[in-house]
Amino acid sequence: MITESTRIKMRELAGRYPNPRSALLPMLHLVQAEQDEVTTEGIAACAQELEITQAEVTAVATFYTMYKHSPVGKHHIGVCINTLCGLLGGDAVYDRVAERLGATHNGPSADGNFWLERIECQAACTHAPVMTVDWEFMDDVTPQSAVDVIDKLAAGEEVWSTRGPMIRDFQATEHTLAMAEDDLATIGNCVDEKMLAGLKIAKSGAQQ
Amino acid sequence: MKLTPVITEHWDDPELYTLDGYKSHGGYEALAKALTSDPDSIIATVKDSGLRGRGGAGFPTGLKWSFVPQNDGKPHYLVVNADESEPGACKDIPIMMANPHALLEGVIISSFAIRANHAFIYIRGEVPAAIRKVAFAVKQAREAGLIGKNIQGSGFDLEVTVHAGAGAYICGEETALLDSLEGYRGQPRLKPPFPAVAGLYASPTVINNVETIANIPYIIDRGVDWFRQFGTEKSPGFKVFAVSGHVQRPGIYEAPLGITMRELLDFAGGMRPGAELKFWLPGGSSVPMLTADHLDLPLTYEAMVEAGSMLGTGTPMIFDQTVSVVKAVTRWLEFYKHESCGKCTPCREGTYWITGVLEKFEHGNGTTGEMETLTTLCGQIAGRSFCALGDAAATPYPAAIKYFSDEFTAATHTSADEQFDPVASYVFSGVRA
Repeated sequence: MITESTRIKMRELAGRYPNPRSALLPMLHLVQAEQDEVTTEGIAACAQELEITQAEVTAVATFYTMYKHSPVGKHHIGVCINTLCGLLGGDAVYDRVAERLGATHNGPSADGNFWLERIECQAACTHAPVMTVDWEFMDDVTPQSAVDVIDKLAAGEEVWSTRGPMIRDFQATEHTLAMAEDDLATIGNCVDEKMLAGLKIAKSGAQQ
Repeated sequence: MKLTPVITEHWDDPELYTLDGYKSHGGYEALAKALTSDPDSIIATVKDSGLRGRGGAGFPTGLKWSFVPQNDGKPHYLVVNADESEPGACKDIPIMMANPHALLEGVIISSFAIRANHAFIYIRGEVPAAIRKVAFAVKQAREAGLIGKNIQGSGFDLEVTVHAGAGAYICGEETALLDSLEGYRGQPRLKPPFPAVAGLYASPTVINNVETIANIPYIIDRGVDWFRQFGTEKSPGFKVFAVSGHVQRPGIYEAPLGITMRELLDFAGGMRPGAELKFWLPGGSSVPMLTADHLDLPLTYEAMVEAGSMLGTGTPMIFDQTVSVVKAVTRWLEFYKHESCGKCTPCREGTYWITGVLEKFEHGNGTTGEMETLTTLCGQIAGRSFCALGDAAATPYPAAIKYFSDEFTAATHTSADEQFDPVASYVFSGVRA
């Protein structure tokens, strides 16, 4: 249920922009953060707060692929299948993950705890093949390492993003996307060897 | 040519993302300098530097800024395009994750120059790792009085809003981004009017790429002569190149524009063992592919155009001999079909039809006549839609057929996977799903 405290957050988001309607995308993220999907109730709340029609909100909510219209479950799993990741092994990763979850593209796992999606380029091609868990990077995966991650998540074990914090859950990430401070900016390593590849050569003096 | 880390110079400092960390390397000194100068002189400096947009189009940044009408009584806006979604592009997200204050200092200086009191950083929603770093940088900068009212006693006010998108490649197109930022479906607008005149909320707006804006503090701090010692006359400066694909060491390599792909490839350790380069794309799937014959060309805006491609985002994707061109092109078209916003008929319908025909080739069921059909279809999309997504969708096939027509001919009877075992392209070995 969309509570009064959620509506207060919606109004706070709307207040950040010269025109309140600009807050619609973060507000829809907030709805997913609270309800695990973009619900009819959430659409109505956005419409009411922004004084626009529900049809206008629905038009936006159905345009953007990150908004889901049935419950995502605890974790969203994305596997990049765009050309570079896919051909470098993402296709095999996707097949194994789909098999493990008993899920098809853009749908829930057999147990309803996961959501699987063939995702497009995630801006991490240097780390191909790329998987995401609740949109946090899982770089350089193999079919086996991807399934290992899912097994750990299913068992409630701790899993860390390869370039980011410990995995929380889908709704927690959606709170981050609704621009709520998550206090995780200082947690986890965001810069890895691949990001330092050129710098290392430059600093080693190897190119003198 | 040597690697020249500038934006990436201190990425090995784990505290660089913090305000103190950034300041310890001279951060925000350019801002102090900028705030005591005339905004017009900053625009002139950026113009003189010759900095060109790093998002793909390569439009001169200073010129773009100079289109903003001054003393027009309207609010002005700076919008940072941080929607990095181009297949193959992976340099803005790392910049935001490793050095968010370089972006933010650039935002403040650029806003001051174009007389904007509100800046927006529109980051694609799929990367919370970048969003939280930038949001944290904004928070720290605000607490330190670098954002807000009367910044450092200059009388200049600036609000910065970090905004998350929600999954739409089209929002990397600047006018679609504006519609999205206004809370609508991200669909491109007809130009003119250009955003510099009527952009966000119909007010004068400058939209710049992350890497472009991250260049600004260094140009203001070190000057035009310093900047122009890198690169060429028409492509001055340095570039955060991100090299991906079948190379030994995929990663970030910052170098002057004009470095060759062969040199970058050497820095990346060359091709993986036993591999030969088959084709490569200088900057995203929207630029035409090139081959080993083009390795010694300088990576500049002008040289890439001359070679029949474009520099694009400057993030080369390298593919070896194991890759089926038919499969690669089909996958890119499936992407464009998925991401077409639906506004313009040639793009919406054309990407659908091209993809359908290409999929026949991927499965070994194409016909010679359909190769002609694909060429016709591409010709009917290019230049016939509001934005560059349609043009981009019409790019991969004509480039592929130029160099690899044999593969398409073979795909009239043999599927892509039979021509090229997919497992051979994987970067992990011995795995079949």
